[in-house]
Amino acid sequence: MDKRIVLAVEDLGVTFDGFKAVDGVNLYVEQDEMRVVIGPNGAGKTTLLDLICGRTRASSGSIRFLDRELTQIPEYRRVRLGVGRKFQNPSIYESLTVLENLEVSYPRGRTVFGSLAFKRTPEVLQRIEEVAAMVYLGDLLQVAAETLSHGQMQWLEIGMLLMQEPQLLMLDEPVAGMSVSERQATAELLQRICKGRSVVVIEHDMDFVRSIAHRVTVLHQGKVLAEGSMAKVQADPRVVEVYLGH
Amino acid sequence: MDRATGITLRILRGHADLIILAVLILIVLPLMLDIFRLNLVGKYLTYAFVAVGIVLCWGYGGILSLGQGVFFGLGGYCMAMFLKLEASDPASTSIQSTPGIPDFMDWNQLTELPWFWEPFHSFAFTLFAVLAVPGILAFVVGLAMFKRRVGGVYFAIITQAVAAILSILIIGQQGYTGGVNGITDLKTLLGWDIRTDSARYALYFLNGALLLTVLVVARLIIGSKFGKLLVALRDREDRVRFSGYDVSNFKIFIFVVAAMMAAVGGAMFTLQVGFMSPSFVGVGPSIDMVVFAAVGGRMSPVGAVYGSLLVNWARTAFSESFPELWLLAMGAIFIGVVMLFPNGLAGMVDGMKGGFIRSTARLGGPTGASRGAPVPDQWPVGRPRAPTACERGALEPGGSVSVTGPSDHDLADRQGSLAH
Repeated sequence: MDKRIVLAVEDLGVTFDGFKAVDGVNLYVEQDEMRVVIGPNGAGKTTLLDLICGRTRASSGSIRFLDRELTQIPEYRRVRLGVGRKFQNPSIYESLTVLENLEVSYPRGRTVFGSLAFKRTPEVLQRIEEVAAMVYLGDLLQVAAETLSHGQMQWLEIGMLLMQEPQLLMLDEPVAGMSVSERQATAELLQRICKGRSVVVIEHDMDFVRSIAHRVTVLHQGKVLAEGSMAKVQADPRVVEVYLGH
Repeated sequence: MDRATGITLRILRGHADLIILAVLILIVLPLMLDIFRLNLVGKYLTYAFVAVGIVLCWGYGGILSLGQGVFFGLGGYCMAMFLKLEASDPASTSIQSTPGIPDFMDWNQLTELPWFWEPFHSFAFTLFAVLAVPGILAFVVGLAMFKRRVGGVYFAIITQAVAAILSILIIGQQGYTGGVNGITDLKTLLGWDIRTDSARYALYFLNGALLLTVLVVARLIIGSKFGKLLVALRDREDRVRFSGYDVSNFKIFIFVVAAMMAAVGGAMFTLQVGFMSPSFVGVGPSIDMVVFAAVGGRMSPVGAVYGSLLVNWARTAFSESFPELWLLAMGAIFIGVVMLFPNGLAGMVDGMKGGFIRSTARLGGPTGASRGAPVPDQWPVGRPRAPTACERGALEPGGSVSVTGPSDHDLADRQGSLAH
């Protein structure tokens, strides 16, 4: 393989009261790759992202990111290493403006005193404008985030992650609640941002998955059921059974 | 020159509320009131220090502490210990069995000054302790709670417990603390009699100046990136954490700041009122102070000052005529304000200033346009408000389908995506 592995998840597992939500998962994501994780409800997709970003502690296995073991590192340090996570419901700061939302996500002034001394320099503003334009919010910088449409909130959250220039970007259902045209715009956005980094997306909308995925991983009952190109995965009888069998 | 005056004018306009308050406290009230009433106002204003801290902590940071009286009390006790030692010189306590120690210690058969009283002979140490003792306690409580991610109601209950413990401790350890009576009969500060009218005037102005300083500090904090992070972690703690911030440090810091503000208020209370007692430390007064902040407006430090003045003025006026009804009246004020004006007095004033503009903008026009940003007609931004989390959840995956009143083609678009 020529491209380096950014994320290497090996034998990862977590148990909630005896229930194995994620069970022996292996996952390797390369640089510049867009990986989509699909699977029926309760397959452990969101839990997998939670484990990688540190929201949930793993019971077993390892998560290596750029050759660093993440499992024992607190979540804010994982972010500083370059792991970004977008939540399923748009998670933005409603009472701040779009500009302030992006500014707060700027990766400087992250300590208490650093944030007290932080200044909105032209350099910061330029970066904010750049990212805002990328996520189609360039004209809405002064707008209160609570007045954005649902789709725009999703974009804003992606923009907040881009501010941090993560090496690994994990998006949980980024097009939920979006119109067709918004979905298309999001697909284009994702294709642009996966250059120079790796992106892991959870998604249900198969048309959308087809339009963005480089490779697809199918999870079922906490385990990897199949992995490969969309065409290969769709032809896999086990996948067909999981999706249509019940 | 013109540019300089322009900038000055802009600054003045941006801080008009602070300037009006300064004029009120430092000029209008001293001219209007006799020294007895002015001293009372000074006492009310010491509570405002606490209320400003509560605005920062609770209004902005979402951390509700029901134990701010602890920090007010500790600041006040530190100052009272110094003043008491000065009032207990051997000459004026010669009738005691052990001259030179505070009278209440003598009454409790103590024969020497406890070790932790010794440093309070020094005024410099006392000033340091006024900030450090409450600051360190707040740091320890904050560290223990926020690092373990204790928040919300649990944090409020624990702060109440701290308030209860401290007041019980003070009352129980009568020989060391003066017990339920507190530390009384304070006379002079470095030889300066604080009971005279002229001293009371001086202390009132010192108090006012300190309060204005605290308000400026609050404004600086709110205006910084730290201030925006406070709001952010109040609304979406996880998002802040997963943006690379160690959330607990931010909470600890603002809790310590609020505690130190309260402590300054407590020290000024002791100086102006002439005593300190456990009745300002416990659960009751701590909750009163939250009420001051809520009445004034929990997002407005200046509002918190008016809230403290108004509620306490009402308390005095009311309890002079109907002493037994005061508690009921205060409860009614609190419930009324929270129900009718969730943003308190400050929210009312804002509402009167900007109500018309805002209501027209919210009903029809896009809010983006009213804020001076061009709005592409494709996206409906003129929504009344964002759907709440539960609305959003209920509408998934259609998202904000019909609450918003989007344009026709957008609706059609969304129906398409739903069918899909």
